[in-house]
Amino acid sequence: MAVPVSLLGLIPIGYILAESYALGWEGIQEALFRPRVADLLGNTLALVATCVLGCILLGIASAWLVERTDLPGRRVWAAVLVAPLAVPAFVNSYAWASLWPQFEGLLAATTITVLSYYPFVYLPVAAALRGLDPALEETGAALGLGPAARFVRVVLPQLRVAVLGGALLVGLHILAEFGALQMIGYETFTTVILVQFQSTFNGSAATMLAGVLIVCSLLFVTFEVLARGGARYSRVGAGAARPTVPVRLGMTRWLSVAALCGLLTLAVGVPAYAVARWWSDASGVDAELLAALFSTLQFGLIGAAVTTLAALPVAWLAVRRRNLASTALEQCTYLTSSLPGVVVALALVTLTVRWADSLYQTTALVAACYVMLFLPRSLVNLRAGLAQAGPEMDDAARALGASELRRLVRVTLPLIAPGIAGGAAFVFLAVCTELTATLLLAPTGTTTLATQFWGHSDALDYAAAAPYAAVMIAISAPLAYLMLEQSRRIRRR
Amino acid sequence: MRQRRLLTVAGTGFAMIMLAACGSAAPGTAEDNPNALVVYNAQHESMTKIWAEAFTKETGVQVVLRNGKDFELANQIKAEGDRSPADVFLTENSPAMAVVENAGMFADIDSATLAQVPKKYSTNTGKWVGIAARSTVFVYNTERLDAGELPESIMDLAKPEWQGRWGAAPGGADFQAIVSAMLELEGEEKTAAWLQAMKVNYKNYSGNNTVLQGVNSGEIEGGIIYHYYWYRDQAKTKENSNNAKLLFFSGKDPGGFLSVSGGGVLETAKHADEAQQFLKFITGPTGQQALADSAEFEYTVGSKVAANPALQPLSELDPPRVDPSKLNGPKVIELMTNAGLI
Repeated sequence: MAVPVSLLGLIPIGYILAESYALGWEGIQEALFRPRVADLLGNTLALVATCVLGCILLGIASAWLVERTDLPGRRVWAAVLVAPLAVPAFVNSYAWASLWPQFEGLLAATTITVLSYYPFVYLPVAAALRGLDPALEETGAALGLGPAARFVRVVLPQLRVAVLGGALLVGLHILAEFGALQMIGYETFTTVILVQFQSTFNGSAATMLAGVLIVCSLLFVTFEVLARGGARYSRVGAGAARPTVPVRLGMTRWLSVAALCGLLTLAVGVPAYAVARWWSDASGVDAELLAALFSTLQFGLIGAAVTTLAALPVAWLAVRRRNLASTALEQCTYLTSSLPGVVVALALVTLTVRWADSLYQTTALVAACYVMLFLPRSLVNLRAGLAQAGPEMDDAARALGASELRRLVRVTLPLIAPGIAGGAAFVFLAVCTELTATLLLAPTGTTTLATQFWGHSDALDYAAAAPYAAVMIAISAPLAYLMLEQSRRIRRR
Repeated sequence: MRQRRLLTVAGTGFAMIMLAACGSAAPGTAEDNPNALVVYNAQHESMTKIWAEAFTKETGVQVVLRNGKDFELANQIKAEGDRSPADVFLTENSPAMAVVENAGMFADIDSATLAQVPKKYSTNTGKWVGIAARSTVFVYNTERLDAGELPESIMDLAKPEWQGRWGAAPGGADFQAIVSAMLELEGEEKTAAWLQAMKVNYKNYSGNNTVLQGVNSGEIEGGIIYHYYWYRDQAKTKENSNNAKLLFFSGKDPGGFLSVSGGGVLETAKHADEAQQFLKFITGPTGQQALADSAEFEYTVGSKVAANPALQPLSELDPPRVDPSKLNGPKVIELMTNAGLI
């Protein structure tokens, strides 16, 4: 059962390979080896470099301030610093573009993406810092290292996995980002693929550009795996780890508070102000908004449910029957989710138009796309949940005479329920703010919050777009809080 | 323990909602309403909605819109082939109509409908009819450009002195239609050369709205867009057009190109009668008057209905003579891709 799910994920890659083969080497050369593509590659990689760097710096700095110092109001900061997750990147971009239309280029793109994505690095780094054993740092101090040297040589290497994982997530998000960059006119592969799509539907140029995107994604993933290395990051036994002594900030205390305030004003204050300001010009809640809300919730629920169901067999195999085959299946799913939504959607559109006409423009196809894109989000939570529900419980129930079904319902499901709920929530959040795949695949007449928001802001009708932005933020906020709670529960592995 | 039970109950409830949601299609979509007329709409959604709602009011036929861009939908219809669910295709410009017409996918339009629109606004094969028109303009910032400094022809914008001074949105079908007129009037060599020069001279924008905004703010001195964007902004808050004025190129210059929005009925339409009715309605007195009365500011073409009084009358313009079905969209995209513009 897990096999079809994972193989489903390879469809987009297979499609691109088939199209490339059909085009032939000359066709590929013509489509790809031209100055415009070099421009796009430069733009895309420049943005990835600056944004990842910015996120790493901001993420580590803010995590350190919150977890390791005596910053006043640490608990509040810990929750509030995650708030940008509630604001989709294209809403952030809409806020900046509508208030300062001249803000553009690499600086604007970097600012907006860093402000939107730094929580992806902040969350795992904060969790990792929480789990660190101070004994290692004290050993370093005993061996004569100063505080700065201790941080660089003892703490940072232990944060490597968290930082790399977060950085990979940021990099992949940038490759897939469309709305945020299109609105400030910063051209990358994904924005041009969509423009090409609007001009040629599934022409060869769009497909070849998508191929380059896939190669980039794969390179990022490979790089992250290599950079992680094989070093051991855990202790043999949990031991008795003492809580760390917070670093006294002294003079820099209020400077740090001011800096964090500034960060949050830019990341959350600006979008909140923009939405409020434009909404005051708007007509308020109308039937169109309600229709879009209904569709979005429907897609969200269906997407979350189907993805969770699809993830269950893969997670089961990965945890309970850990071998080469199950690991391979799991990695397949990660591969597809690292692809931009537009590429997956393009593949599905072409395939269904040619060979599976009954699926074309149906909700089922949209759900299948969401499964391919968001499976790992569900998988990660399910795995954690399953890992905690050890097979011993299952064995004990079996020894007491319970049938397989009874064991499943009364022992396993309740134990992994938090994992299921967590995974479903993440997927729901992702689906509610998904733009590009929905634009391409949704049945005729469908409107979602994201597509309607995009339609209005693309026409510079900021006032009409504001209510949609507000509702999206309102839906995303509780889920961002959930992410925070989930990360709080992570202990050292 | 209680918490676990609660979560299990919540989980089951969630699953039930999922099943219910799966069963029902979203209301107002083609999935939900199989008798509705399916319109693949590349015209501005706000405009087509006015027509669709008026049509439903008059005839009771439900209309469902699939919104997209000219070539996206044209190529999608082509790719869908016989199995296309579309009944009617409406565009903003005519090259996209030519794509579908050349694929042989349009049915003949009722002669009564064709009679409502002057021949120059439709294709002479009777496969599609004009529903509205828009004029190419050079919008310029009044503080940065005087009347004497304006270009005399759109071809002037390729000259070195215009470097960095003007902008356009080549990714959109609107600009691509303007280039297709240039291709038809000036030939491939001149058009290719103009596009190469454009790549050096112009500033890129994502859409006509942002070009207007850029001109108004003084970021660029002028831009090539369609007339109605300026008029629309003037009717609303004026914040993107209070420093800008329009120049209509005269003397049958390619820059004065009058682009025709087209409407066609698909050969494979499942609701062919309603589709024909819809087109007759749009080009008829009610539909065209709705266009004239609306805040859309495109030119009317049918039933001798006068356009919105705020507009410069069509009779005062001097557009070049272009056969709308001869405009070659795919060639234009090829030329623009080679020039590195898209």
